[in-house]
Amino acid sequence: MDLAHTPEEDEFRARLREWLAKALPSLPPKPSPDDWPGRRAYDLGWQRMLYDAGYADVHWDASPTTRLIFLEETEKAGAPYVGANFVGLLHAGPTIAAEGTAGQRARWLPPILRGDEVWCQGFSEPDAGSDLASLRTRARKDGDHYVVSGSKIWTSHAEVADWCELLVRTDGDAPRHRGITWLAMPMDAPGVTVRPLRTLAGSTEFAEVFLDEVRVPVANRVGEENDGWRVTMVTLSFERGTAFVGEVVACRRVLGEVAREARANGRWDDPAVRRRLGRLNAEFRALWRLTQWNVSEAEASGGMPGVGGSVFKLRYSRARQELYDAAAEVLGAASLDLDRRWVLDRLSSLSYTIAAGTSEIQRNIVAERILGLPKGR
Amino acid sequence: MRFQPTEDQLALRAGVRGLLERRFGRDALRAAVDSGGLDRRLWRELGEAGFFALRLPEAEGGVGLGLPEAVLAFEEAGRALLPGPLVATHLAAGTVPGAATGETVVTAVHGGLVTWLDGADVVRGDAAGAVPLRSVDPLTPLHRAAVAGAPDPLFMLLTAAEQLGTAGRAGELAVRYARTREQFGRPIGAFQAVQRLCAESLVRVEVARAAVYAAAVTADPVDMAAARLLADEAAVRGARDCLQVHGGMGFTWEADVHLCLKRAWVRAQCGGSVTESEELLAGDLLGEPA
Repeated sequence: MDLAHTPEEDEFRARLREWLAKALPSLPPKPSPDDWPGRRAYDLGWQRMLYDAGYADVHWDASPTTRLIFLEETEKAGAPYVGANFVGLLHAGPTIAAEGTAGQRARWLPPILRGDEVWCQGFSEPDAGSDLASLRTRARKDGDHYVVSGSKIWTSHAEVADWCELLVRTDGDAPRHRGITWLAMPMDAPGVTVRPLRTLAGSTEFAEVFLDEVRVPVANRVGEENDGWRVTMVTLSFERGTAFVGEVVACRRVLGEVAREARANGRWDDPAVRRRLGRLNAEFRALWRLTQWNVSEAEASGGMPGVGGSVFKLRYSRARQELYDAAAEVLGAASLDLDRRWVLDRLSSLSYTIAAGTSEIQRNIVAERILGLPKGR
Repeated sequence: MRFQPTEDQLALRAGVRGLLERRFGRDALRAAVDSGGLDRRLWRELGEAGFFALRLPEAEGGVGLGLPEAVLAFEEAGRALLPGPLVATHLAAGTVPGAATGETVVTAVHGGLVTWLDGADVVRGDAAGAVPLRSVDPLTPLHRAAVAGAPDPLFMLLTAAEQLGTAGRAGELAVRYARTREQFGRPIGAFQAVQRLCAESLVRVEVARAAVYAAAVTADPVDMAAARLLADEAAVRGARDCLQVHGGMGFTWEADVHLCLKRAWVRAQCGGSVTESEELLAGDLLGEPA
């Protein structure tokens, strides 16, 4: 049991740090949050820089520890996050890599790595959020195409996506987990309509996607027909396993900034404020250690993050909300000013206990799959 | 980075667990509650097994292991609800004659309290004029000391390891009960409200485990303070939720739940001042000592 790195890992960190110091000053200015074409260009430009420097596939091919070092260093250096490339790099890409044919891998993976194409995720539906298996968007076969009708919701980056990893129901009579198929749908296909949704933070983070007799080639199916549920689970365990690593590092940095703000505005003199921030320091230190623990466990068992990701997500999503609530206490009345820092972060933190499986669903997963309690009701 | 127990560490943990299951299983625990005394023979057996001399160099007759191994051993002691001033005796090995072998029972003043004052041979710290309390924990006699005693990060960490073990036991007790106890025609573990209590209990244990093990590796006082806060929370909340899952049975003397909770309360007080831990962690955010 140790926290030491190998000479190779130390060397990777040193090289990355050196590259970041040179690369980051050459980045263009950050676009405004609602400038989606601008954000796409910015995020993909960053991905291209990573690609040219040989870091593009670090999420796929590097060891979990190397990936951890990459996320730690890029976040510490203030580098952009994957952004619009999130679904491609962390969902669709790994799924195609694991389940796709040689031809599918050759068609879709290089553009994701080079930062040429953006993917979005067509999983959730208005009547099927956390209960993903109840999705109703239908696809019937017509020659060498599937004809898809239905609607999706909470689709991040839909406005600027080239491809959608789409879950459709191909067998309405089969048990609900068995009649689902995974398709790669081009977003410019006739019949696809995107309507942006405004979040409570005022941003247009995601969209509704309406599908009206959209024709998707059968060749775009990843995995077998009606086997999409299993294909999807490959993606979701990836999401819960490693997606939040960089964010834990970011939260630790924000917590330090909140403490310095408190000292600057006098709130630090209140012992209750200091104790609250001290407890959050313990919390985020422990979450970072839990990340290292999970990564080490994944490395020892062959690489894929397991169901323990639910444990991490439950605690992290709550801690993130507590962090920005504490920031609001430090800011006082200024926490009501949308132009002050951390105020929008506080609003967006509200999604963390909902997105990617609500905390309630995660608790069921922990109770039933880890603790072996009987199926809940 | 291999932040997982090694084969040797797993074997050590299994060895300690095996010894404690044989010598201090559930029946022994309940017998100890009735008798209330310290089992000197068990104390010497622990000494022979190297429990107290674990971190003492081999040249001084110790086992020559480190803090991570000690933390694994103390986690098992916490799981077994093993009574006695275990941490104080362990920390006295090498300086107090007979502590390493379990011949001498050593206690210490911590957080203004002394545990097992009448049962110990040696007291570290100033226990002059200590007044007996009617202890809430039937397995931890307590005296109130006039002075708080110096904070000791190692004492804090090993106490946190015991809390971690007790938290794990409470969580397992809750799950076992929820699987078998039936109400309304099905096991209560099928109710989401009960699932939630059990799941949160596990989450607290896993977060505390990562913090406690990491602090054992780094030996950093700020890590130790963090580990302590999270382990206290895991043990105290875990025992309370376990009690809730047990329903009316949890409120009885017969169920073991109250023993977990009372011990967790005692350790949370003896681990040192919580405020000091929080202030240390707050000061760390500014990069300054508190």
